[in-house]
Parts: sequence; structure tokens; C-alpha cells
Amino acid sequence: MQNMEVTKDLFGPAEADAEEREKISRPTRSGFQDGWIRLKQNKGSVVALAILLVLVALAFAGPAVARYDYYTTDYGAIFQAPGPAHWFGTDKFGRDEWSRVWYGTRISLLIAVVAAGLDLLVGVTYGSVSALLGGRVDAVMQRIVEVLIGIPNLIIVILLMMVMPAGIGTLIIAMSISGWVNMARLVRAEILKLKNQEFVLAARLLGTSNREIIMKHLIPNTVGVIVINTMFTIPSAIFTEAFLSFIGIGLQEPKASLGVLINSGFQVINSHAYLLFVPAVVIVLIMVCFSILGDGLRDAFDPQMRI
Amino acid sequence: MKKYILKRIVYLFVTLLVIMTATFFLMHSLPGTPFDEDKISSLSPAQQQQIYASYGLDQPVYIQYFKYLGNVFQGDFGTSTLYSGQPVKSILASRIVPSALVGIQAVLVGLAVGLVLGVVAAYKHNTPLDYLTMIVSVLGISVPNFVVAALLQYLFGLKWGLLPVAYWESYASSVLPSLALSFGVVAQIARFVRTEMLTVLQQDYILMAKAKGLSPAKILMRHALRNSMLPVLTILGAITVNVLTGSLAVESIYSVPGIGSLFVDTIKANDYSTILGLTVFYSAFYVVVILIIDVLYCVIDPRIRLAPAKE
Repeated sequence: MQNMEVTKDLFGPAEADAEEREKISRPTRSGFQDGWIRLKQNKGSVVALAILLVLVALAFAGPAVARYDYYTTDYGAIFQAPGPAHWFGTDKFGRDEWSRVWYGTRISLLIAVVAAGLDLLVGVTYGSVSALLGGRVDAVMQRIVEVLIGIPNLIIVILLMMVMPAGIGTLIIAMSISGWVNMARLVRAEILKLKNQEFVLAARLLGTSNREIIMKHLIPNTVGVIVINTMFTIPSAIFTEAFLSFIGIGLQEPKASLGVLINSGFQVINSHAYLLFVPAVVIVLIMVCFSILGDGLRDAFDPQMRI
Repeated sequence: MKKYILKRIVYLFVTLLVIMTATFFLMHSLPGTPFDEDKISSLSPAQQQQIYASYGLDQPVYIQYFKYLGNVFQGDFGTSTLYSGQPVKSILASRIVPSALVGIQAVLVGLAVGLVLGVVAAYKHNTPLDYLTMIVSVLGISVPNFVVAALLQYLFGLKWGLLPVAYWESYASSVLPSLALSFGVVAQIARFVRTEMLTVLQQDYILMAKAKGLSPAKILMRHALRNSMLPVLTILGAITVNVLTGSLAVESIYSVPGIGSLFVDTIKANDYSTILGLTVFYSAFYVVVILIIDVLYCVIDPRIRLAPAKE
């Protein structure tokens, strides 16, 4: 290295450009992108997500690929073992199990997603209204929740299923009526926590309107909790549907859902166990993947885990 | 503390009242009568009237409702229509033993296996043993218990013929239903204990114990396990729900003459008074268990004792 002569004119004040100083050198990432990046690092979640996507694709494309529909009976071909003609075999009426399984998966997923969506809508509204209004309204709303939380959900769902005509709509309504309480509590707790945090105070000091605070600060910050909870609501709705159909008060034949299929497979467990195994494997896959993905999302989006 | 418990008991009664009211009116808006349609329509109107009157079904609904409430508070749940004329109370009493046997066995087995798995997984953190435990717990939480029950029946009952299925005779009949129910419990507890243990093992007092030269076994049993056991109480509520609802399907699958299968049977038969009785029974059981767990938790852990009282 060469020695350099240090002269005075080499020194000068570093001009700090006010604008330059405030510039953010890296592209800003929203909370969502942040979470997504973290989620992608979690191998288990990525695999679970991939399997779920494949299952969803099969649920929609599966029946279209098959040469049979899910309800046409063929008494010349009952209880066929899985083979080239019927990939998953046929059931006691000669209906193609491949079509029935994927059609049933579609129905089960549909019920679960809509029920979870209704839960979300009612729960988020109830929770945020309760938290934002506060005072006496909050007190009354919370008393109601405290009573409802003590009611075993499944019993109410069963009772509702008995009163209303059996069908997909009834299932969805029955599950949503009892399901939203948990979401409402979570959202209320989260908003109450956020409401008293410094960044909200700062926003208020800067003159942000209430509306703006709710839309820009409170809601985006609760999204994580809501998404995570929904990821756990969907599999539990799938379970409830299957459970009700299995004990005989959910959907009924010839409609197909995973619960109906498991039920009819169980009845012939002695002789044609594949009719039980195929829908059982599908429901287990769905539940396991949702569970792993839910855990992954919680790790990725939970604000408390953020360093 | 006293105030807190009192408040909780008030809620408990309000909850039960809401449940009873909702169930009562839901049941009465059901289509059809609780009697066999063919048989009842073959009777003369006067005879029909007599049958309705003997069950108190001829009176206006609100009178039936208040009568019912009054009776329930005196411990009388009316008479079953499915099991003709038997009081619901005695049907319940005769059904409770098999359910309790299966349920308690399931919880005990679940607790024992879950604890061992959880502790081992935490102690051997990030080893194959740990991963195996995690796989078991994910499976246990996500595989529906009726699927587990059906598979166990297929393997043990049909394939290998080891254990009785679908009839209730000796103690052996209770093994499979208990196993099927315990699977979910094992998973819940293993997962919870593992997380709890991992936190506890990082505490300073564990380091202190190590520095004192205590053997790993002693540290594990004396210090780590005791401190991670306590929070398990908090998930006992969730486990109760799991076992209660699971019992509906599992008891039906294995023909256990318990409360779960009774519930399913009476639902299919529109047996109002039994369904009402069972709903009240289930809900009361659930609410009381939750209350006991919450109170116990405050009593056992002094760090929490003050929190609810402040409210």
C-alpha cells in the first residue's frame, strides 16, 4: 500500500441530504410478504401447502377426468375392486368410487370453507365492535360470549341438524351458529391489546381519524390472528361435517361427502375395506396438511414471534 | 378468589339455562312426533289424546317448558319415549358405567403415554425420537377419532381377531374403544408437554440444578417435569371435549352401551325427553369440569392466584 499524503483539503463536512437520509435503501416489505418469506423457509408448511393444492385440484378436476359421474348406479358392476376400469373401485350400487371421492372432497372442502368464512365474518364483526365500542356495549356483548363459550359446540350443531332439513346449507348454518364465538374472543382481545399501544397513540397524536386508525392500523395488525384461526377452523369444520355424516345426521346418500363415504365404507369394512380406506386417507391428508400449514402460518405471522 | 368462583357459578347456571331453553324449543319445533307414526295413526283420536296426555304433550309448549324446568331442578328428566316409559334418569344411570370406564381409561392411557412421549421428545430435542413424537402428535390431532376407531376395528377385530369388537361383554370389550379415544389425548398431551418442557429446560433454575451437580434424571423428574406438568391442567378442558364428542362415534362403532351411543340412538328416534336430558347432562358435565379445572389451576399455581381475583 502506498502512503498517501494527508492534506487539509481532503477533509470537508459530509453533506447530508435530508431526503437522502430518509430514503429506505431496501424495498419495503409488508407484513404479509414478511410472513410469506418466513413460511417459505418452513419445509413442512410448503409440502403441506403443495399437497393441499393437489387435493383441491383433484377435487375439482377429478370427477371431470373420470368416465363416470358420482351418482350413476350400475348394478352390473357392484363392489368392483380398484382397477383400470374404476380407479378406486365401485360401491354397493356400482357407483364409481373415484368420482365419488373427489366429488365428496369438493363438497367437504366447500362446506368447511364457507362455514369458516361465515365464522370469520360474524366473529370479526362481533369481536371488533365489542372491542371498539367498549363500555357498556362491550360488557353486555362479553357476558353473552361468556355464556355461549360454555356450550359444547357439537351438541348445538347436532340439535340444529335435527330441526332443520338435512342438506349442505343446514350443515353450514349449524356450524357457523356455534363456531364464531372463538374468533370473536380472539379478535376482541387482539384489538384491545393494539388499541393501547404506542403506535396507535402516535397516529392519534398526528391527527389520524378514528376511521383511518381502524382501517390502517388495527385491522391489518389483526389479520395474522384471523388468518391463523381460520386455518384451524377449516379442518375442524371438515371434521364436524364428517363426524355428523358418519353418525348419520349430516349429509345423506346419494350425496357424497368425505363423512358419507367413510360411513358407507365402514358398513362394508368386512368385505370391501378399500371403500373405507380411500376416503379415510383423503380426509387424513387434508387434516394433517391443514394442521401443519396452520402451525407454519402461526410461526410465520404471529407478531410475538417476530424478532 | 371466593368472588371469582361465585361469579363463575352464576355463569354456569345461566349457561345451563340457555342450553335447556334452546334444546327444549328446538326439540319441540321438530317435525313428527316422538312416537312410531304408523302405530299412532292406527289408534283412535281419543286414544292418541290419551297417550299425548300421559307424556304431558297435550299442553301448550310454554307450560311444558316451565314444567320441564321445574322438574329438572328436582332431578327429574321425564320419561323416555324410545325406551317406552323408562325414566330418563334411570336410563342415564344404567348407561353411565360403560361410558365412564371407557372415558377414564382413555384419559389415563392418554395422559401416561402423552407425558412420556412429550418428556422424551423435549429431552432428546431435534433427534429422530423427537421427530417421531411430533409425527405421532400431528397425526393424533388431525386424524378423526371415528377413523381411528374404524381402523382399529379393522386391524384388531377383523384382520387379527385379537380383541372383541361391536359387542359388550367383558373387560376386553372396553380395550379398543378406550384406545381409539386415547389416541387424540396422547397427541394433545405429548405436544403440549413437549413445548412446556422445552421452555422449562431453558430456565435458570435448571442450569442451577446442573451446576449443583444433580444427575440428569433427578433434574428431569424433580425440576423439569413438575413445572411442566402444571400447565397440562389448562388443556384438560379441551381433552374433555375431545373425549366427550369422540365417545358419540366411538361408542356407536363398538356398540358400547354408553351415553354416547344412547345419544346417537335417541337422536335418530326423536326421543325428546332423553335428548333433553342427555344435552343437559353433557353440558353440565362439561361446564363443571371447566370450572373445576380453572379453580384448581388458581389454587395450585400461586403465580396465577391473584389474576382472576383482581378482575
